Amino acid sequence: MNFEPKILGFLCNWCSYAGADLAGVSRIQYPPNIRVIRVMCSGRVDPKFIFTSLQVGIDGIIVMGCHPGDCHYLEGNYEAEVKFKMVKLLLNLVDLQDRVHLEWVSASEGVRFGEVVTNFTESIKKLGPSPLSGENFDQHLFEKLKAIELAADGERLRALVARKRIIMEEGNIYGEKISQEDLDEILISAIEDEFLRQQILLKLKNEPLSVKDLSQLLNIDSSVILKHIISLKARNLIDYDKIEGITPFYQKL
Amino acid sequence: MSINKESEDEPIRIGVFVCHCGTNIGGVLDCEELAEYAATLPNVVFSDHNLYTCAEIGLTTIKEAIEEHNLNRVIVCSCTPRTHEPLFRSICEEAGLNKYLFSFVNIREQCSWVHMKKPEDAFEKAKDLIKMGVARATKLEALETIVVDVDPSALVIGGGISGMNAASNLSKQGFKTYLVEKEKNLGGLLNSLYRLFPNDQESSELLKDIEGRIQADKNITVYTSSMITSIDGFVGNFEVEINQNGNSIRIKVGAIIVAVGATPLKPINLFGYDGKIRITQFELENVLKNYSLNTNNIVMIQCVGTRNEERMYCSNFCCMSALKNALIIKEKNPDAHIAILFRDMHTPGIAYEEYYRRARESGIIFIKYLPEKPPIVEENKIKIYNEYLGTEIIIPYELLVLSTPLIANEDNKQIAQLLKVQLEENNFFLEAHVKLRPNDFATDGVYIAGSAKWPVDITESISQGYAAAARASTILSHDTLEVEGAIAYLPEEYKDLCRGCEICLKLCPYKAIRKNEKDEIEIIQVLCKGCGVCVASCPKKAIKIKHYTNEQILSEIYAFGGIKLP
Repeated sequence: MNFEPKILGFLCNWCSYAGADLAGVSRIQYPPNIRVIRVMCSGRVDPKFIFTSLQVGIDGIIVMGCHPGDCHYLEGNYEAEVKFKMVKLLLNLVDLQDRVHLEWVSASEGVRFGEVVTNFTESIKKLGPSPLSGENFDQHLFEKLKAIELAADGERLRALVARKRIIMEEGNIYGEKISQEDLDEILISAIEDEFLRQQILLKLKNEPLSVKDLSQLLNIDSSVILKHIISLKARNLIDYDKIEGITPFYQKL
Repeated sequence: MSINKESEDEPIRIGVFVCHCGTNIGGVLDCEELAEYAATLPNVVFSDHNLYTCAEIGLTTIKEAIEEHNLNRVIVCSCTPRTHEPLFRSICEEAGLNKYLFSFVNIREQCSWVHMKKPEDAFEKAKDLIKMGVARATKLEALETIVVDVDPSALVIGGGISGMNAASNLSKQGFKTYLVEKEKNLGGLLNSLYRLFPNDQESSELLKDIEGRIQADKNITVYTSSMITSIDGFVGNFEVEINQNGNSIRIKVGAIIVAVGATPLKPINLFGYDGKIRITQFELENVLKNYSLNTNNIVMIQCVGTRNEERMYCSNFCCMSALKNALIIKEKNPDAHIAILFRDMHTPGIAYEEYYRRARESGIIFIKYLPEKPPIVEENKIKIYNEYLGTEIIIPYELLVLSTPLIANEDNKQIAQLLKVQLEENNFFLEAHVKLRPNDFATDGVYIAGSAKWPVDITESISQGYAAAARASTILSHDTLEVEGAIAYLPEEYKDLCRGCEICLKLCPYKAIRKNEKDEIEIIQVLCKGCGVCVASCPKKAIKIKHYTNEQILSEIYAFGGIKLP
């Protein structure tokens, strides 16, 4: 039997949702895999929604907003784009980036709406079932995705992403304008840090572990783990549980 | 607004109404079976299917079912909420159910119509959509819409031709109007013009007429030599402080029109400008007023200091000003030799093109120049490269007139900050939407007219004055404003989470978020449009939104994923 993916679309009420309506009025036929959640603005789509969708086994997620310059709320779509870029970077870490897509579709683009949905559905069919759906459920990947969701939901990444356009356009509090490339570099390194820290926290939630244990569990050099352990301890997120011999064990607070 | 059907402890009782929409849905999907399926979903206590749910009989069924089954959530599975949501919401309200407890499931536009060749798949999709709709409905909350009073008066900033017409129009509609002008006299740039195109009327005549009407109007209060020093409040309720010669005046208005105009550019260091024999088109107007020209050789250069890297824009009326002034000179001195050096002549419409034709007929010479080979101005002659002849031409002159653009006023930034509205890259005021809302600002209750937005001629300034007045009256003509209930807010219990990063203040396109005197974030309900960008961006997740809550959206995701909400 052919694989029929589960597709979820977040559609802006003012553009793509209306575009989907127009596709209906025009009787444009497209694959019936997509289910739609209507939002007032693509900028409302919290990255958490996308990670949750992947966690519940949805095979592909598409967010649609107004074309640049056409946002019903002036600039919400730019915010959606900035957030989506972070989502992609995070999903790169677990090779799920091709399962999510951002597209601009206007209220007048009924035909195009059909094409966009058809193409996205086809691309997900080619990828095959999500490793988080059905029988081939990958527990290890699920945990990593959980860490990604927590990282994206954390204050550091949320603030970085929310501030990005402000810093690029108005400069930081010292009036320095920072280029897109520099900001992306900062974002990428923050993403890597936060992803690893959330993985450590998830492991320490279950049982007290040493740096060496974590290094083996996560397959990451112990010096890197130690660096993050120090930072997590400074932030009061973990503490010593016990010391065996000369090896300290940590637990999540 | 009624919220009597909703209470915290009351169990959720959902009614689902599946519409056949004739054969539009019923011809593809088995609506009876869908209604049966809906009845199996959690919290659904009633389900039904109608031929047309939006027809009288369908609406009555909903009302009766609310009554009979004590429903506290209603779902209609039919067409798009973009057209029919208001109708079903009002039916719920009639039956005493808060309108925000109604939910729509679109199984026509986004299901039966687009998957008509795959009815089985469409049926499965419709089931999923209903399941998601029921999950969402379970999480819906009754909301109150708030109502605010409107002060039926307006402030017009700028007493130029646009502002005066806006003020006069508002007053005639019966609204108390305040007109604030920073100069000693009303009139703005009209004061420095001689005759106006397209009817050659004297500027002073037009000014006298409109100014007379303004001064005689008891409904208009004029403050000249005055500046706006502070603006507080929001649509319907602005509190404005005006400084007139050091005295502070406070007024309350419901709407504000920005008609501050713009400033002619002085072309310092361009084409040998000296203000004597090399003057601007605006300065020429003054010369023409008391016709003191005793020169025969006149050259005009167009697009001076504009349509270049520094100012990308076209100032819109300068071609017409040059044609008009050249014709005035020709009329007074038919022997005058006039050459207009241009890049592109811009004379839209019948009346303006007529000027160009008359100018050609009267012997005025037009020579095109290329921006990369601009005219070279010497002591008493101009060298200009003519691309058609492929050679340089030398033209003698006694008077050189430079057509310079209007540029944004220096104090635009200050006024924009007071009003919390935006400027574009050249510091002109930026409208909410170039086509959909050309005379509105994104901020509610604030409107724009005339050259404050973009250089425009007198006719356009007057039209825009009327347009802004009409837009303002859509607010002022109501005693009260009803505010949408589905908006962002900072719940009391999350206030402590906010660490004052002010990201939301910057991201809100409507300036609906501010810091109050206690340095706390405050969301002004009247201004919020409910886009939810602040909610998705708040680093501390302190700001929430009504009707599109995380819980509601996540419940739909879980329903589709086939997993119960944890």
